[in-house]
Amino acid sequence: MKSTVKAALAAAVSLCAVTAAQAETIKMAFIDPLSGAMASSGEPAYQSFILAAEHINANGGVNGDMIEVVGYDNKVSPKESLVQLQKAIDSGARYILQGNGSSVAAAIIDAVNKHNQRNPGEEVLFFNYAAVTPEFTNEACSFWHFRFDAHTDMKMNGITDWIAARDDIKKVYLIGQDYVHGEAVAHAAETQLAAKRPDIEIVGNELHPLAKVKDFTPYVQKIISSGADAVITGNWGQDMTLLVKASADAGQQIPYLTFYGGSNGAVAALGDGAVDTLYQVSELAANMEGVSPEQNALVEEYKARFPDYDYYYHRAFVALNMFDAAAEKAGSNDPIDVAYALEGLSIEDGYGTATMRAEDHQIQQPLYITTVAHDMTYPVDNTDLGWRLVEGGTISAEAAMEPSTCEMQRPE
Amino acid sequence: METLVFALLNGVIYGLLLFMLSSGLTLIFSMMGVLNFAHASFYMLGAYLAFTIMEGTSFWIALFLAPVLVGLVGMVVERYGLRRVHAQGHVAELLFTFGLAYLIDEVVKIFWGRTAVNYRVPELLDFPLFTLYGAQYPAYRIFILFVAAFMLVALWYLLKKTRAGLIIQAALTHPHMVGSLGHNVPLIFMSVFGVGCALAGLAGVIGGNYFVTDPAMAVQMGPIVFVVVVVGGLGSLEGAFVAAMLIGLLQTSAISINASLADIFGFLGLGPHTEVGEITIASMAPMLPFLLLVLILMIRPRGLMGEREV
Repeated sequence: MKSTVKAALAAAVSLCAVTAAQAETIKMAFIDPLSGAMASSGEPAYQSFILAAEHINANGGVNGDMIEVVGYDNKVSPKESLVQLQKAIDSGARYILQGNGSSVAAAIIDAVNKHNQRNPGEEVLFFNYAAVTPEFTNEACSFWHFRFDAHTDMKMNGITDWIAARDDIKKVYLIGQDYVHGEAVAHAAETQLAAKRPDIEIVGNELHPLAKVKDFTPYVQKIISSGADAVITGNWGQDMTLLVKASADAGQQIPYLTFYGGSNGAVAALGDGAVDTLYQVSELAANMEGVSPEQNALVEEYKARFPDYDYYYHRAFVALNMFDAAAEKAGSNDPIDVAYALEGLSIEDGYGTATMRAEDHQIQQPLYITTVAHDMTYPVDNTDLGWRLVEGGTISAEAAMEPSTCEMQRPE
Repeated sequence: METLVFALLNGVIYGLLLFMLSSGLTLIFSMMGVLNFAHASFYMLGAYLAFTIMEGTSFWIALFLAPVLVGLVGMVVERYGLRRVHAQGHVAELLFTFGLAYLIDEVVKIFWGRTAVNYRVPELLDFPLFTLYGAQYPAYRIFILFVAAFMLVALWYLLKKTRAGLIIQAALTHPHMVGSLGHNVPLIFMSVFGVGCALAGLAGVIGGNYFVTDPAMAVQMGPIVFVVVVVGGLGSLEGAFVAAMLIGLLQTSAISINASLADIFGFLGLGPHTEVGEITIASMAPMLPFLLLVLILMIRPRGLMGEREV
C-alpha cells in the first residue's frame, strides 16, 4: 500500500517536472521609472509590455514558453538601474527592457556587455524601446543591444524636412533636457537646419535640468521674447507636459515640434491650444487610414484595460512581436540564438513593415508626423482631441534611414 | 525690460509661496529648537488633501478645509509624538521628524499612488488675466499672490497686534516664565505647531496645482525651505520673508538671463568654448539657493536677521 502511494507521488512529481520543463517562463526585466516625476512615461510602457506579453502568451507563447514581464523601478538613475539590473539577472531574467533616458541606457549597455563577456552561456539581451541617442547604434553599438525606436537623427530628419517646407518659419528655438539626449537633439537640429534651411536663425538653445523643473514659465517667456516662430524639443515625461502647460498658460500659438508630444497629459494641458501647434514625430499614427482592424482593436483594448493612459508605446508591442518571431525562427529562446535571428528580421507591423537592420541593430520603419485635431477616432488624455497625420507626414522607412558607422563585434 | 517684469512677477509669487512654507518652519524652530524635517511633507499632504476634497466638492472648500486638516494632523503629531520624544532631547526630536517625513511620503504613495495626480486649477480662475508683452498671464498666479499676501498680513497681525501673539512670542523665548504666569504653555506649543503645519498645508493647496502634485514634491521642496530658514536666520520671520523673496527672485531671474560664465568672467581670460565658460547662468539656477546657503554660513552664520548662531 505504502509503495503504491510512493509510486503515485513520484509519478505526480515527475509529471509536474515534465510540464514545468515544457512551459518555462521567459523572464523579462522592465527597468524604468515606476515612481516619481517620470513615472508617467514608465508606467504606460510597462503596461504596454505586459499587454504585449499577454497577447503572445495567449497565442501559444514563444516556442511554447510563456513571457513574464517584471517591473524594476530605477527612478531614471543610471546608478539605481545597475543595482536593479543585477537584481533582475540574479532572478533569472535574460532579456532587459528599458527606454526612458539615454543616460540609463548607456549604463545598461555597458553593464550588459561586461556581464556577457564574463558569463559565457548566461548572456543577456537588451531591448531598448525608447533611448534614442544615435551613438548606441553607431560608434557605441553592441551585439547585445537592439533598438526598437528611431534614433534622434532619424526623427529630427522628419522635423527639419517639415520646417524646411514652411517658408513662414524664420526663427527656431531649441529647448531640451540637460543630459546626453537633450544635447543630441540640439546638435541634430542645428546641423540639419544649417544644411536644409541655412536662412533659419536659431534664436535659443536652452538645456534645463532633467525632471527637476516644476514651472516652465520663465523658459516660455524667454522663448516668447526671442521672437521664435517654432520650437523644437526632445523633452519627455513631465518635462514635456509642464513645458506645454506653461506655453498654454502664456497663450503661445507657435508650433512645438516634439519627439514626445504624446507624453501623457501634454495634450490635455494644452487643450484646444494643441490643435495644429503640437506636433509629434513617431512610429505611431493611431488615426491614420488603412490601419488593420486588429491594430485598432489593440488600441481599444489598451484604453479599456488602462483608462489612465492611451495607446502610445507601440514600439513595446513591436519589440515583443519581433522577439517572438525571432525566437520561433531560431527555434530557441536562448539570447544568442534570438539575437542572430533578429538580425535582418522583418515583421508586418500595425503601421508598416518593421525591419531590424543587421549591421547596427537599429529598427527601420516608417515614421509619421502627427498633430492634434478634434473629432478623432482615438482621442487621448480623455479629451476629444487626438493625433492626426499631417499632409505629407508619412516618412517611409527608406527616407527615415540613416547610415551607421557601427562595426559590430559578433560572438562566434 | 519685459524679461525683468516677468522675472519680478514670477519671482515674487514663488518667493511668497516659499515664505508661506518657511514661516511655519521658522516658528516651529524657535519653539522647539529643532528643525522639523517633516515640514515639507505637510506641504505635500496639503496638496493631496486639497486634490481629494476638490474631487468630491469644490476648490473653495478645499482651500479652507485642507489646511485645517493638515493643521489638525500637525497638532496630533505634536501632542502625542513630539511632546513625548521631547524628554529624550534634541537628537531624538530630530530623528522623530526625519522618520515622520518618510512615513508621510509612504502613506501618500499608498493612498494616492506613485505618479502625479491631476490636481487642476479651478475653472473659475483658469483664464488669462492680462496680456503683457505678447504673453498672457494666468489669473491663478495673481490669485496665489493675493492669498499669500493675505496670509502674510494675517500672520503679522496675529503675532504683533493681538494678545495671543504676545503670549506666543513670550512663550517662544521664555516658556517657563509664561508658564509661571498661569498660561498653558504646552497648549500654546501645540497650537503653534498646528498653525505652522496649516500654513505649509495652505502652501500645498495653492502650490500643488501651480506646480505638480506628486510624491516627490516634499523631497524637492524640503531643501529649498531649509535654505530659506537658515539664510533668513533661524527663528526670524522677517528674515525668512527676505530670504524667501531673495531666493524666489534669484532663481527665476537666473533662468531669464541669456549669458554664460564666459560672458561674465571673460575679462579673466575664460574662453567661450571652454568647459567652464560654456556653462550658462540659466543652467546654474537650481544651484543658486545652495550657493547662497554656503556663502551665508561662511560670512554671516546667524543668517540675515537671526539672533542666534546656527
